[in-house]
Amino acid sequence: MPMPDWLSIRRDKQIPAEEAGLWEKCPSCGEVLYSKDVEANLSVCSKCGYHFRMHAYDRINSLVDDDFVEIGADILPGDPLGWVDKRPYPQKLEADREKSKLSEGIVTGLAAIEGFPVALGVMDFSFRGGTMGTVVGERVTNLFEEARRRRLPCIVFTASGGARMEEGMLALAQMAKTTQAVERFMNDGNFYMSVLTDPTTGGVSASFAFQADIIIAEARAAIGFAGRRVIEQTIRQKLPDNFQTAEFLLEKGHVDVVAPRPRIRETLVRMLDYAVDRRRILSVLKAVPEFALG
Amino acid sequence: MNLIVEREKSFEGLEQRIQELRSRGGADAGAQIQRLESSYEELRREIFGNLTPWERVNMARHPRRPLANDYIALFDQFDELHGDRHFRDDPALVAGFSKLRGRRLMLIAQQKGRDVKENIRRNFGMVSPEGYRKASRLMTLASRLRLPIVTLVDTPGADPGIGSEERAQSEAIAGCLTALSKAGVPVVATIIGEGGSGGALALALADWVIMPQHSIYSVASPEGCASILWGDASRAAEAAERLCLTSNDLERFGIVDEVIAEPLGGAHRDTPAFTATVIEEIDAALRRLEVQSPEQLRERRYEKYRRIGSWQEDARRGIASAAT
Repeated sequence: MPMPDWLSIRRDKQIPAEEAGLWEKCPSCGEVLYSKDVEANLSVCSKCGYHFRMHAYDRINSLVDDDFVEIGADILPGDPLGWVDKRPYPQKLEADREKSKLSEGIVTGLAAIEGFPVALGVMDFSFRGGTMGTVVGERVTNLFEEARRRRLPCIVFTASGGARMEEGMLALAQMAKTTQAVERFMNDGNFYMSVLTDPTTGGVSASFAFQADIIIAEARAAIGFAGRRVIEQTIRQKLPDNFQTAEFLLEKGHVDVVAPRPRIRETLVRMLDYAVDRRRILSVLKAVPEFALG
Repeated sequence: MNLIVEREKSFEGLEQRIQELRSRGGADAGAQIQRLESSYEELRREIFGNLTPWERVNMARHPRRPLANDYIALFDQFDELHGDRHFRDDPALVAGFSKLRGRRLMLIAQQKGRDVKENIRRNFGMVSPEGYRKASRLMTLASRLRLPIVTLVDTPGADPGIGSEERAQSEAIAGCLTALSKAGVPVVATIIGEGGSGGALALALADWVIMPQHSIYSVASPEGCASILWGDASRAAEAAERLCLTSNDLERFGIVDEVIAEPLGGAHRDTPAFTATVIEEIDAALRRLEVQSPEQLRERRYEKYRRIGSWQEDARRGIASAAT
């Protein structure tokens, strides 16, 4: 399978976006950072450790050994409710495509990480706040069904504001759809890890994000069910700063591991090494040569 | 104040006048009563015959709308079971063994209060993680004992408090969805009032979803939606128009399998008859489903939700079926 266009584009050092902003200011410590250094450091501030949000394809690029075979890219959003608020929904989608260089809120595909063949999904907050509409639900479901068929371990990086309002109950029902697909996948003896990144809330956190066998939270990520503002409005008081952070969740016993971004990949690999019988996976993959990876 | 209650108040004068004439009797009263009654009925049809989405939101939240306990009372037997075995018993979620027409089943319901005091105890029907964990515990038990699962959904949404976050609300809801995915028994859900977001769906991943005509079922509360869109919760009525949260919309999208017509003016106009009708339909659904094997039930439930979606190739049809 040839390398997809996006991969060659993003691996090319001549990306116009990189040229445009040579310097970035860290919103946490105010340090002015050289953009290329930030990128080389996985979008983490070298001074204070602040995690900038990461583009889904940059994330994939930083994880996979070689090629990433994208699946589900042809599943694209419609406008089932004929939604209009300040702008019609299709216009919002168009603007988000432009801004995020993504076709939807998640990228899914097959790849190898440190020689381990995996099914990989990465959500991106820059597309409709990573909200789950019918396309995200369908791509996630497809990913788990493919992983189940190939008996691959599955890894999903979450970043989401919850279910997508503009698709109404069709969006909410994706919680049911994805949960079922994950349950089937896991019930067949397959291994699933989620990596919760900033922010993971609402319908995504209450479905496939928290269903995983092993849950890893990226350092400092905001993770919860209800949004911080909603809770503050309900209880009419300010919440402590660490509330709903990855570190708070670790203390409360909701996640297995908290890791800063530079250590996420090695954490995943260590877990895969315990959980996965590599020989079994490779033998299954040999039976389907067109998808033999790694 | 509730919009529907306000409308009902505007009829009080007329109702009183009719009552007075009736009790006074007399030679000319009959004709007058008839005239008043027919204009009364006409007005009611005009006001309640074609409710807007926002009016339906108010109907679903009407202080006299039948609540879970009104339905539970119609089952042959009910023995409540308590607690999540870890933290506490959540009064917003009522569950236990039950019988309907002699059939054994597991009944799981969200319970709002009828007055302020009870509503505080029931947390206005907002379920905490303990409640969802009690539910998933009993769903799993039901599946093992081969008892069908009947749920009654009525919640503004899952509880959004500090304690609920500390005790992993997300994980608790996902646990219910997982338990219902696994269940090898019929699952029948009824959205009796408010179906508020993920907190409602947690009990409604079902083989058959019943929805009374004026209940609502929504991805977000109209107030929450308005606050996100325009930073102004008071524009909830506009948000309600857009969310497609009515029974007609949801039947069209395949989210709901059966809509039950309500009496003019809403279910609370005739609670005994209406709740009995709903119970009839739950019974009928169970009868249709209980002939299926556990594998069939799981497979069909999987396919039912697998098909829900809409993407570009078939957006024109409104709902779509997956290509594979």
